[in-house]
Amino acid sequence: MDSIFIIEQLINGIGYGLMLFLLAAGLTLVFGVMDTMNLAHGTLFMFGAYIAATVHEASHSFVAAVLCGVVVTMLIGALLEVTLMRRLYKRNHLNQVVATFGVILLADDFVKWMWGASPIMASTPAALAGPVQLLPDLPYPSYRLLILVAGVVAALALYFVVNHTRLGMLVRAGASDRPMAELMGVRVQSVFTLVFVIGAALAGVAGALMGPLTSVQIGMGEGILIPALVVIVIGGIGSVRGSFVAAMLVGVVDTAGRAFVPPLLREVMAPALAADVGPALAGIAMYVLMAVVLCFKPGGLFPARG
Amino acid sequence: MSMTTTEKNPMAVAGPALVLLGLAVFPAVAPHFGLDYYTGFVMRMLIVMLIATSLNYLMGYGGMVALGHAGFVGVGAYALVAMTEAGITNAWALWGGAMLAAAVAALLIGAVSLRTKGVYFIMITLAFAQMLYYLAVSLRVYGGDDGYNLYSRPVLGFGLDAADDATLYWVVLAVCAACFLFFHRSVGSRFGQALVGIRDNESRMMALGYPVFLLKLQAFVIAAAVAGLGGALMVTQNSFISPSSMHWSQSAVLIVIVVLGGLGHRWGGVIGAAVWVSLEETLRMSTEYWHWPLGALLIAIILFAPEGLGTLFHRSPAGKGEGRGGIFYLLRRSA
Repeated sequence: MDSIFIIEQLINGIGYGLMLFLLAAGLTLVFGVMDTMNLAHGTLFMFGAYIAATVHEASHSFVAAVLCGVVVTMLIGALLEVTLMRRLYKRNHLNQVVATFGVILLADDFVKWMWGASPIMASTPAALAGPVQLLPDLPYPSYRLLILVAGVVAALALYFVVNHTRLGMLVRAGASDRPMAELMGVRVQSVFTLVFVIGAALAGVAGALMGPLTSVQIGMGEGILIPALVVIVIGGIGSVRGSFVAAMLVGVVDTAGRAFVPPLLREVMAPALAADVGPALAGIAMYVLMAVVLCFKPGGLFPARG
Repeated sequence: MSMTTTEKNPMAVAGPALVLLGLAVFPAVAPHFGLDYYTGFVMRMLIVMLIATSLNYLMGYGGMVALGHAGFVGVGAYALVAMTEAGITNAWALWGGAMLAAAVAALLIGAVSLRTKGVYFIMITLAFAQMLYYLAVSLRVYGGDDGYNLYSRPVLGFGLDAADDATLYWVVLAVCAACFLFFHRSVGSRFGQALVGIRDNESRMMALGYPVFLLKLQAFVIAAAVAGLGGALMVTQNSFISPSSMHWSQSAVLIVIVVLGGLGHRWGGVIGAAVWVSLEETLRMSTEYWHWPLGALLIAIILFAPEGLGTLFHRSPAGKGEGRGGIFYLLRRSA
């Protein structure tokens, strides 16, 4: 294992972490502001990926694909908020979990009917097919680099909106003390819708960008939902800053676990045993991280509410 | 709770007794109508009812929403497989051992998890269940990802032949009925009432001097042990177990079943499991798109009868805050 390999894996981890952050930010905002658990967030991610892949196939323009993916996902998010989520805000978390689980079931069958049961191909844009020479000995796929840049841009944009705009101020006010914000005259309903749609947009971006790296298939939303939930819990539910730190941690730990644990185990134990234990340990790494964090800080790293 | 009102109602005793009688004669009657297949199906449903009831005990009475219950089901199932490999064939010993294994796992996991509350508790139980899932995937001796096939069913003894589906059905029914009775008695006991008190107001119970943490841990261990028993019964019936039955979505389905049937309702787990398992079976046989009706049902239940289907079965005094859910209530309202 040389240093180039380690650097490459770390960059991969940060890229994965940024994508997780895009999902986690939406989840944590919805939770922080509306006190609502939304399991269907992964579904929005899936729609982003499917729509972007379809548009890319038809138009051969990657930019148009991502834009379409994001806009349609925002529309789906708005539809979901107006028809269902709005009626769930005052319910307990268990009701929200069950109803949004119902949305997952509905959406999965819709995707199956629309695009078929088998995974569809999402290709990387032709212009970004080749590698970029990051260091003299480190060629890095340019598409992964694009994801890295896009993730950073989206995170910065979110930071700007949340911390330096009037809307962000309303969102933060709602997250830290909702009844007080309502009493001060914040139009909560429209803020809620807007927050939900912003969350949907971020999920759509992540889906559209991740599509070409993973397979675009039914269940991809649930596959990434769990790591995203792990991220918001480690970060402290409701805290955007916390979920950024946690997303980086989880991204790097998960990627490093998969890349480094199996070869390390092969050094210290019998190959057959290492082949058994390695993947299991790699899969577990992120959950161990969460359990350890919650064990010492039961409210996550950056608890949003005192 | 509405428990005391139903106690006086003769239907509350007669209804379950009739259902139990119906379930008991089912395997004897079914072959005459060519319904042999359904003996196995109802047995599977009974086991899901048992597991869902244990989760309802934890969630509905203990107030602990755990998203990792399928993990304990898996621990029980794999414990049975491990003991069978070690040469134990007696079913009762295997089932007892499976319960013990799940209880020990729950003791360790609960001791850490119960430090957290609410959504954090949901997530930490999920985390531990995922660890158990990956552990099962890595156990290549027991088939790893592909699962494990049991060559023969365990031995029941007492002149009972476990290879016969009807016999195993009756044993499973007896075990499940005993567990339901246990849970029912437990809720009414001093321990159960303390548990309900903790659910409703933890700090007050702590101020009253109850060992809140230990009581919750005890409930967590009991629920997990019964879930482990459910897992062991499942392997006994199917002679097969794979890590996919420990996947987090299985834990989510169990929560869904409990909420569907009625959280904290005595028959919540039973009704939820009956409805869910039957619907799943019927829909899966009739259409390729069998998920969406279930999804639509869940959304409808949450929007219109959030306290679950169980509330359909007993009337509540008009004007009281309890028992607002259920379709009967809506009909009464609109009439």
